[in-house]
Amino acid sequence: MDRRVENDTVGFSLNGLPVSPRPRVGERLSETLRERLDARDVKIGCNAGDCGACTVLVDGDPVCACLMPAHQAEGRAVETLAGFMQSDPLMQQLADSFQAHGAAQCGICTPGMMVAALALLRRTPDPDKLAVKDALGGVLCRCTGYRKIIRAVMEVGNTPPVPPSGEVGAAIPRLDGLAKVAGNELYGDDVAPAGTLEVRLIRSPYPRAGFTLGDLDAYVAATDGIETVLTAADIPGRNLFGTIPDFIDQPVFAETEARFRGDPVAAIVGTPEAIATFDPARFPVTWDERPPVDDVAEAMAPEAPLLHGGREGNLMCAGLVQCGDPEAALAQADTVVEGHYHSGFVEHAYIEPEAGFAQMANGRVEVHACTQAPVMDQESLADILGTDRSQVRIIPTAVGGGFGAKLDLSVQPYLALATLKTGKPVRLTYSRTESMQATTKRHPSDLRLRIGATRNGQLSGFTFDGLFNTGAYSSWGPTVANRVPVHASGPYRVADYRAEAKGIHTHNPPAGAFRGFGVPQAAIAQEGLFDELADTLGIDRLDFRIRNALENGTQTVCGQVFDQGVGIRACLEALRHAWDRERTATAAFNAQNSTIKRGVGVAAGWYGCGNTSLPNPSTIKSGIRADGTVMLHQGAMDIGQGANTVIAQIFATALGVPVDTLHLIGPDTDVTPDGGKTSASRQTYVSGNAARLSGEALRAQILSRVNASTGAQLNIHTGTIRITDRGDSHDIDLTALPRNSEGYVLRAEETYDPPTRPLDENGQGIPYAQFGYAAHLAVIEVDTRMGTVTPLRFTAAHDVGRAINPLLVEGQVEGGIAQGLGMALMEEYLPGTTENLHDYLIPTIGDIPPIDTIIIEEPDAHGPYGAKGLGEHALIPTAPALLNAIRDACGVQITEVPATPARLRAAIREQSHDR
Amino acid sequence: MRFDQYHSHTNEIDLWGEIGRLHYFAPTELDEALDRLSAGQVRIVAGGTDFYPSRRDGARQTDLLDITRIAGLRGITRNDTGWCIGAATRWSDIAQANLPRAFAGLQAAAREVGGIQIQNAGTVVGNLCNASPAADGVPPLLTLGAQVEIASAKGLRTLPLTDFITGVRRTALTGDEMVTALVLPEPPAGAVGSFEKLGARRYLVISITMTAALIALEDAGRIAHARVAVGACSATAQRLHRLESELTGVTPDAAVVTPDHLRPLSPIDDVRASGAYRLDAVAEQCLRAIKTAGGSDGPAG
Repeated sequence: MDRRVENDTVGFSLNGLPVSPRPRVGERLSETLRERLDARDVKIGCNAGDCGACTVLVDGDPVCACLMPAHQAEGRAVETLAGFMQSDPLMQQLADSFQAHGAAQCGICTPGMMVAALALLRRTPDPDKLAVKDALGGVLCRCTGYRKIIRAVMEVGNTPPVPPSGEVGAAIPRLDGLAKVAGNELYGDDVAPAGTLEVRLIRSPYPRAGFTLGDLDAYVAATDGIETVLTAADIPGRNLFGTIPDFIDQPVFAETEARFRGDPVAAIVGTPEAIATFDPARFPVTWDERPPVDDVAEAMAPEAPLLHGGREGNLMCAGLVQCGDPEAALAQADTVVEGHYHSGFVEHAYIEPEAGFAQMANGRVEVHACTQAPVMDQESLADILGTDRSQVRIIPTAVGGGFGAKLDLSVQPYLALATLKTGKPVRLTYSRTESMQATTKRHPSDLRLRIGATRNGQLSGFTFDGLFNTGAYSSWGPTVANRVPVHASGPYRVADYRAEAKGIHTHNPPAGAFRGFGVPQAAIAQEGLFDELADTLGIDRLDFRIRNALENGTQTVCGQVFDQGVGIRACLEALRHAWDRERTATAAFNAQNSTIKRGVGVAAGWYGCGNTSLPNPSTIKSGIRADGTVMLHQGAMDIGQGANTVIAQIFATALGVPVDTLHLIGPDTDVTPDGGKTSASRQTYVSGNAARLSGEALRAQILSRVNASTGAQLNIHTGTIRITDRGDSHDIDLTALPRNSEGYVLRAEETYDPPTRPLDENGQGIPYAQFGYAAHLAVIEVDTRMGTVTPLRFTAAHDVGRAINPLLVEGQVEGGIAQGLGMALMEEYLPGTTENLHDYLIPTIGDIPPIDTIIIEEPDAHGPYGAKGLGEHALIPTAPALLNAIRDACGVQITEVPATPARLRAAIREQSHDR
Repeated sequence: MRFDQYHSHTNEIDLWGEIGRLHYFAPTELDEALDRLSAGQVRIVAGGTDFYPSRRDGARQTDLLDITRIAGLRGITRNDTGWCIGAATRWSDIAQANLPRAFAGLQAAAREVGGIQIQNAGTVVGNLCNASPAADGVPPLLTLGAQVEIASAKGLRTLPLTDFITGVRRTALTGDEMVTALVLPEPPAGAVGSFEKLGARRYLVISITMTAALIALEDAGRIAHARVAVGACSATAQRLHRLESELTGVTPDAAVVTPDHLRPLSPIDDVRASGAYRLDAVAEQCLRAIKTAGGSDGPAG
């Protein structure tokens, strides 16, 4: 019997209940579930079966809902995470295990991971590691590095106990974890009501093109469901945005020329149906393709067209640090090594594409979107809309990964303009292609270094010349140009140093912030050359680093002297045991094998926490209500790294109450003060200090009311605080206190700004109040015949000052290593070519080996309870440690990442021909 | 729960200056499917794993013909002359089936296509119809001597797999035809299959190169029957006939792959690797596939 479905309902069961939606013919099941059946726990990361975030069970088998025609579900049983959480005890246990092990960071992949894991556990209750990897290999995670996910699945039902108090130092599960493992967390695409008008951008198909818009009114009139078209003419304020005051150069809509493939020139606003069936070919725009400047060399050529007037040679800006006399020191050195290193664009590849929702509320624009910097968004939108900040409210959604790219505006201006023009709620979600095409990237680098050393292994002269391809617009390029020279020495004593980094414009996507701001690229070169130096001098590679490591009381290349808190030596020494053991084991293995070779690599890194020599404050507000509820206004965006938990632990410790008594109010520009941007590994340090100050101030207010000593114990009950001090106890009746307009009877708002000083023309000064330090050891296997690399183990030593939450520290380290590994071995973004997650490869669950994290606690005088930042440090030593391990295994020095099988094999062949 | 938010919308569309309704056909009988195909303007969908990723913005939408409910189209059966794999058979059906060791290469390929989610939806026949040069199913099916059974309202025809895939994303199918099954002869007695896939990461990877081998040994451990096929090194996967014939009579460990053997290949440079690398890697991959199928160890230490 022919089943003819036309404009018909489709009947199936969703989480055990019968449903009968009416999808369009060809509609993906994922869309039907999310938009017609409100199953927003099904996440969409790629719409191509590449990421697995939308995994659901159909008749018990995991499938990608984005690849299943909704009509194919007829008569079948469809089950999702939220449904299982209601009805399946095994899924509830799995949720507990995910939480206890820190297996969810941003949480966007978690529904897919958990559903895939449930399917496995139903068939194989006690799976081994390989079975877990095979079962979860179809789901990508960009945050965790997968190791905690594997553990959570294997140890389901054996959940470790949670430390009770949650004070600083306690490895408690993240406080915001339940929503993530239950599928209730709302990300950028999850907040708009179904049926909301949608925005779709018209983007340049060419890296460089002039364009002419046709009759837009006629287009709107002739196209069903299209409400309006937005162009530069609709911008009431300034048609520019950016992140650094002197470098605000990116138009919301290009006005005369598009400067990269994906540069928006217009936007349509229409019904979901109209947007879903939109045909770009019918939009009235004609393009005038022009010859682009593809790379840095072309951009610096005298005849190259300038992307921005006034920037001669397409030079955006340059950063310089110099001290001593590097040329003289190199001339006196016993040995000098030189290197020329390259890296390409790297894509953040968070699983959540940029997305948001906006509406007019009481005459103001209200934007709900994923972001790392709500107050910067607010300032930029006010500028674009030509209005006051007070007329723009930013209410961030949960963020499904950021890593730097969600510091910049993406969907926000289009949402704001569309709701302002239509007066209606609007919604915009970038497709995976748009997300990869149009948002910022890690800067490609072209680095030339010379490093000298004396016979006894002391560094003697270091020069670094870096060219960074900053793409069409500045974004965070100036930060990269400034940060790299400060960090390119690595955490070592270099008395004679000159490092310059230039940002160069090209017709490519803007390169901006990505975990490390250029420092990971520089570390690859410096750490690679250190191995060459050590080998030339016949000094053990780890010893060479330890001999030159910064210590308390020594000078950095900026002339900064820390008299405390320098933990790099401790990190390196912590690797000693693994280094000796692995070197011995590797030598034994290699003596027995000729095609498969093992290698051990070591590398170090450092990273200054917070803005470079610029003000960088965070403010944290707290209050106690008359009923005794303690409210923490936590404005530091949690993008998966754990600020919601870490800031709360610091605050709770300072106030002297258990962390689970706190009620968190998240970032919202109406009610929560500016916690600054989630960037530069600054939240634990800077917002953490603001939280400490806020907690201490609130505690002081309480204690002073009863003249209690600083050591008194607080117990907050309904309507009362009981203070126990040396055997006496006092009660404060909160209901009797006056309430402020926010309903608080006690309140403390405190700000912390790191003490830094400007850098002079030679880059000398105090760029950061603190650095964090790290050293990684990687053991790998090279298949020399195929050029493939299999990482076997990592040992990662991190000086975090004080681990506020060791579980989250491990999460950052493991996730950073995964990204560093991707950068080293497989990730290369080619504009126009690798704009999806099957041509652009990020590590899967099968690519990350076991990671042994060693936490070093060399307290920092400025950090809250001694804590230092960590987010970016975790990635910096990884790639050089891997490349050094490759060199150890097969003798080839890789100077261009990623070390793909083809590149590594070519290097191995070249070497064997040279012999 | 919100149901049917879009209730007022219909599927009547006129985006291309034509008024029409889109239809989703999911017949349970083959004849009805073939009638739909004869009527024209209908696109076949099965697992959707290539259908959706290849869909372009604004592309002309057509009626869809879902073949996954057609009776008898899913599964692996054995008959007098060999084996039959129905057109709606999924990769996971292949991976989980209890099959002779000659199918080990095809089963290994089945476990390497995407992740489990893709294997649970995608069909092996769809993989052939998509005709990607990097289709994982093609090399093992070439070693198994697969024939493609094609039906239309006019009748049945059968083509060797080598003739079915005619180029990059091109097949011999005409608009009114669909593949109904793969027909495989009984493999040689004692033959064992293998599959080697090379990619830059462990899971979810499109092959840089891949090689399937089918090897049967005589009593003395020498190769009596050899088939070797390579994918992602030419517009369509190729059997290496010359290598196959020279393998006869040697032991798997003594196998040698020469540039001459690889002459049918013409690998290109793309985002995954250079053509030169592919040629270099595939020579080794052939040896490994032969050794695995021939019962010796994989890569030499």
